[in-house]
Amino acid sequence: MSMSFAAQVNSVMAALILLTAFGLLVQRRILGLIHLFAWQGLFLCISTAIVGYITGMHHLFISSLLTLSFKVILLPYILYVLIRKLDIRRESEVLVNIPRTMMIGIALVIFSYHLTAPVTQLSTMVTKSTLAVALATVMLGLLMMVTRRHAVTQIIGFLAMENGLFFAATSATYGMPMVVELGVALDLLIAAFIFGIFFFHINTTFDSLDVDQMAKLKEED
Amino acid sequence: MILLFLLCISLFFAVVLAFVGDWKYAPEINILGSGATFAAGVALAVQVYLQGPMTVGGKFFFVDAFNVYLAVLTSFVSMTTAIFSRKYMRVEREHGRVGPWKMRFYHAMYQLFIFAMLLALLTNNFGVLWISMELATLSTVLLVSLYRTPTAIEAAWKYFILCGVGIAQALFGTVLLYFAAERVLGIGGEALLWTNLSQVSGQLEPTVLRLAFVFLMVGYGTKVGLVPLHNWLPDAHSEGPTPISAVLSGLLLNVALYALVRCKVLVDGSTGTHMAGNMLMGFGLLSVLVAAFSLLRQKDVKRMFSYSSIENMGIATFAFGIGGPIATFGALLHMLVHSLTKSAIFFTVGHASQMHGTQEMDRIRGLIKGNPVVGWSFILGIVALVGMPPFGMFASEFLILTATIKEAPLLTPLLLLGLGVAFAAIFRKVQPMVTGLVPSWQTPLRAAHIPVVLHMTLVLLLGLYMPRFLSDWFHTAVGLLK
Repeated sequence: MSMSFAAQVNSVMAALILLTAFGLLVQRRILGLIHLFAWQGLFLCISTAIVGYITGMHHLFISSLLTLSFKVILLPYILYVLIRKLDIRRESEVLVNIPRTMMIGIALVIFSYHLTAPVTQLSTMVTKSTLAVALATVMLGLLMMVTRRHAVTQIIGFLAMENGLFFAATSATYGMPMVVELGVALDLLIAAFIFGIFFFHINTTFDSLDVDQMAKLKEED
Repeated sequence: MILLFLLCISLFFAVVLAFVGDWKYAPEINILGSGATFAAGVALAVQVYLQGPMTVGGKFFFVDAFNVYLAVLTSFVSMTTAIFSRKYMRVEREHGRVGPWKMRFYHAMYQLFIFAMLLALLTNNFGVLWISMELATLSTVLLVSLYRTPTAIEAAWKYFILCGVGIAQALFGTVLLYFAAERVLGIGGEALLWTNLSQVSGQLEPTVLRLAFVFLMVGYGTKVGLVPLHNWLPDAHSEGPTPISAVLSGLLLNVALYALVRCKVLVDGSTGTHMAGNMLMGFGLLSVLVAAFSLLRQKDVKRMFSYSSIENMGIATFAFGIGGPIATFGALLHMLVHSLTKSAIFFTVGHASQMHGTQEMDRIRGLIKGNPVVGWSFILGIVALVGMPPFGMFASEFLILTATIKEAPLLTPLLLLGLGVAFAAIFRKVQPMVTGLVPSWQTPLRAAHIPVVLHMTLVLLLGLYMPRFLSDWFHTAVGLLK
């Protein structure tokens, strides 16, 4: 596999990551969201491995394996078990309608390209063009958290943001130092336990995972 | 060596308390753990004072005058909070609000939280700083929802989601910082070390750092509770058990501000402008004003003091933004005295709400007659908090105001307005709570007096007399933050 070909495959992976991010934005079924999230993790994992191959940085292979085990297998599995235990298959509510959400998403992608332009100009790396995609994934995850009112959907948005951040680290700097990546993975694992517990608490207290019911705490006039 | 010991103590006690946290003597073990951490913190401080800044553990940890004073403060307040928590949590347990499992969880997470904050303060690596900030959030999320009431779960969910989103932005900022640093320092773990970065800050690419700071500001600013990123704070700080409110308001906000100030020093060093400082000033002043006016509308006593935390962190952020020796000195002092005062107030508020079985200010009455020590320490705490002499907060706010008049005279009226409104709002709400007759629903309580008295004495002493070692520290820290 020649270098330029590998770099092109990496760009394809970036495009697929962005595509799954848009998919997450519009998918209504929670099971579908989990599948999309797992796909996104897989593309991320392949992309990281390719960058590791191009640059010859072997710690990227370890991060790639970490991604595979966490974001492709473990987290989707945990989410799957949780929604089965809590018996939620229903479609989740969307606040803003889907075409409008897509338009906002596209605007965010353009904004990301604009924002990262000065950074990519400075970069000499083969992966520099994917930084904008990474930021766009973060922004789309954020948008998903804002537009969805279901606790599980919000968490998937949160995890998609984390994917975007990880992708940013790979494309801007060939991955953060190992100690940082391990630490971030540990935090993510703890967060997974916490939202698992939360789903049960919210479900037993409010009888559903719709976060709109949680609106008691605000300023009174 | 002492540094590693300092970090290991709280981690060790976290593990121990995870198993024995519901024992009869678990609160005492908790106090012992925090006390040992405090002793190690003091030992470390003495070492730094005598030998100057140092790196430990292969450059992984780093101590200088700025973070060591925060580390000592963190370990001190966590010790006094542990003392307060002994009696407070006993009452909660008698009322059946927490069971044995929750007690184990509470004690273990308390120690883990202290560990996370100390790690954030003492690490040399910006990546690890981010990780430990996130760990500090995660360890307290389920403590906020400890009572499992609908509002507590709502508050904890908000805290988890909003801080998670916020801090994710900070990670993106850290990636950009690493990107800029790598070009100067080379690839590898060395490029995120504060000791390396601070030396080469002038060579870092300004355009990248400017962009990085926007993300870092949003990320860590969320954790400081700066307006308009503060939505989670009043909920999270008011719904959890009071000892947790005290450490969240008194300590975690300081740690987040510490992270922000470290970033600001790098960015302003790189760009050669005052851009990061101006952003801190803007967010700080906005926080002071919005929080001051929000104070007027509060009904819940812990919620009101959470807003007061936003206001005070706003003052400190504003002062760090101004920069210069006087303002920075004032900001460092303000972080110290606010931390002591606010946790003391939360201690008294915790007792007051246990005596009345509610956090509603309308139903808390006659504290001085009911329990003179609680009532009077509440009043003194308020007097200190609103910045009346002779308490330490007067000194810090006076310094900050002096610097504002000199550096940014046009902003002085706005800052004064914020301070004035906050003063009036807090006084108006608290005065009926402490005076008057004892209401029928008030029950007597055996309160923990030592922590409050200790804190208030320290705040008073700091207003009257600044010990030599502290002013030396602050002067060194001011030099570091230039």
